[in-house]
Amino acid sequence: MGFLDALLGRTKMPPPNLDNLFALPSAAVTLQVASEFRPTGTGSVCFRAAEGRAFSDIEHDVRDLLNMGDNKTPVEVTEDKYGFTWLVCHHAADDVEGLVTDLHAVNSSLENAGFGPQLLCTIISFRDEAARRLGLVYLYKRGTFYPFAPKAGENRDNALELQMRGTLGDDLKIEPDLERWFPVWGAPGL
Amino acid sequence: MARTRYASDRGLIARMGATMFLLGLVFTGFIIALYFVLFWYGHRHGNGGSGDGIVVISVLIGLAVAFGGYYWSDKIAINTARAQIVTPQQGPQAARLHAIIDRVCALADMPKPRVAISPMSMPNAFATGRSSKVAVVCATQGLLTKLDDRELEGVLAHELSHVAHKDVAVMTIASFLGIIAALLVRMGFYAELFGGGGRGRSNNNNSSALPIMLIVMVVGMVVYAVSFLLIRLLSRYRELSADRSGALLTGQPSALASALVKVTGDMARIPTRDLRQAEPLNAFYFTPALSGRKGQTSLGNLFSTHPPLEKRLAQLEKISRQLGRPTS
Repeated sequence: MGFLDALLGRTKMPPPNLDNLFALPSAAVTLQVASEFRPTGTGSVCFRAAEGRAFSDIEHDVRDLLNMGDNKTPVEVTEDKYGFTWLVCHHAADDVEGLVTDLHAVNSSLENAGFGPQLLCTIISFRDEAARRLGLVYLYKRGTFYPFAPKAGENRDNALELQMRGTLGDDLKIEPDLERWFPVWGAPGL
Repeated sequence: MARTRYASDRGLIARMGATMFLLGLVFTGFIIALYFVLFWYGHRHGNGGSGDGIVVISVLIGLAVAFGGYYWSDKIAINTARAQIVTPQQGPQAARLHAIIDRVCALADMPKPRVAISPMSMPNAFATGRSSKVAVVCATQGLLTKLDDRELEGVLAHELSHVAHKDVAVMTIASFLGIIAALLVRMGFYAELFGGGGRGRSNNNNSSALPIMLIVMVVGMVVYAVSFLLIRLLSRYRELSADRSGALLTGQPSALASALVKVTGDMARIPTRDLRQAEPLNAFYFTPALSGRKGQTSLGNLFSTHPPLEKRLAQLEKISRQLGRPTS
């Protein structure tokens, strides 16, 4: 926010950055080569629903759009306890590209309706053979990714997360500020 | 470029700009008047030195007070509210507060401030700190128990807007010369009271010293009174801005409105004299701790740091209508 914006107390909502999302498929390949983690085929978009008719119309449109495809499992829509809405898409485990395309469709629909600032994050999930969970979280406002590895209870596997930062550093733009790696406990689809 | 629903409120921005311009005008006039009285009028009557010392001391003390208040704003506020910085591990309320602030910060793309909880049962929240790095957002225990997650999110988004708008810095600069004017009046008064006689014995030519100090005091009083009203006006505009930004950030103006009704409804019932300690913090609170009776007069509004509830609710309703307008 610029000096004048602060002085006059007007906040410019940061627009989302969608471009880097398409780096996910190559990152999934890198993960399969360099670690035990495999994509589960599940991904989700998290956004803050705005009140009013306009937003609920968009939400319906997006849901219909995603359900239209061929022989797909329908998207799940859930709301978490903080009032954020999650759209969860399921694809075949090896179809990361299709998954990312779907997730991107959600983003651009919201953005075109003027609700781009409502987007919070996108997560696609991975598992390894020991059933450890790993989510790659994309922060729209920063255009960066960070790994999130939840353990039982509200604990996170920081060692694994830092290891993944090293592994994925070449494929993804990893969020440099560790303070912004905020946890998303109980994220649907993770 | 995608369209946006987040139109800025030109009227509010224009009024705020005009208020700041007027404040600047008053202070420029103040400095020119001081200069004129002390150096031109004073030297002409061969008595330039009498007021200089007082002005210099006032400016120095004023600088120290303003800078101290600015630099330690976070510590002062935390101590006054008896608040404690908490980590997400310190209990369910701390975890809830952190989780909500995490998300709002990620939505707004701003660094996460420190989080504090005050044990007070009065529902309120404040944000303070000179930069977003050392900023603190504090909620009272009363707020945490009173509001549900959405309402709490609205209040926290309001507070985070204060941080983003650098309100501590803006209000410090705005009140700086007001502090000096008040100090000048007070010190001039003491100087006349205790110093006047001594000067009279040592200096026969002091007949003009008294009018000079009198003029300085009168100018100081006028500047203080006018700047006080303007600063309060500015504070009310900045509250409206923070309401607006907070509501747009979460996309839920009605949740903030409902929080406002809950919080202010409760505040008015609390006996005011118990809250005297909270007064210095008022400008940064979500709602003023020392709220007046219901149906305040317009004169009361002139002096208050926060806009009346009806005005805040009306603004939020307007935003809600804007958000709900159908696409295309």
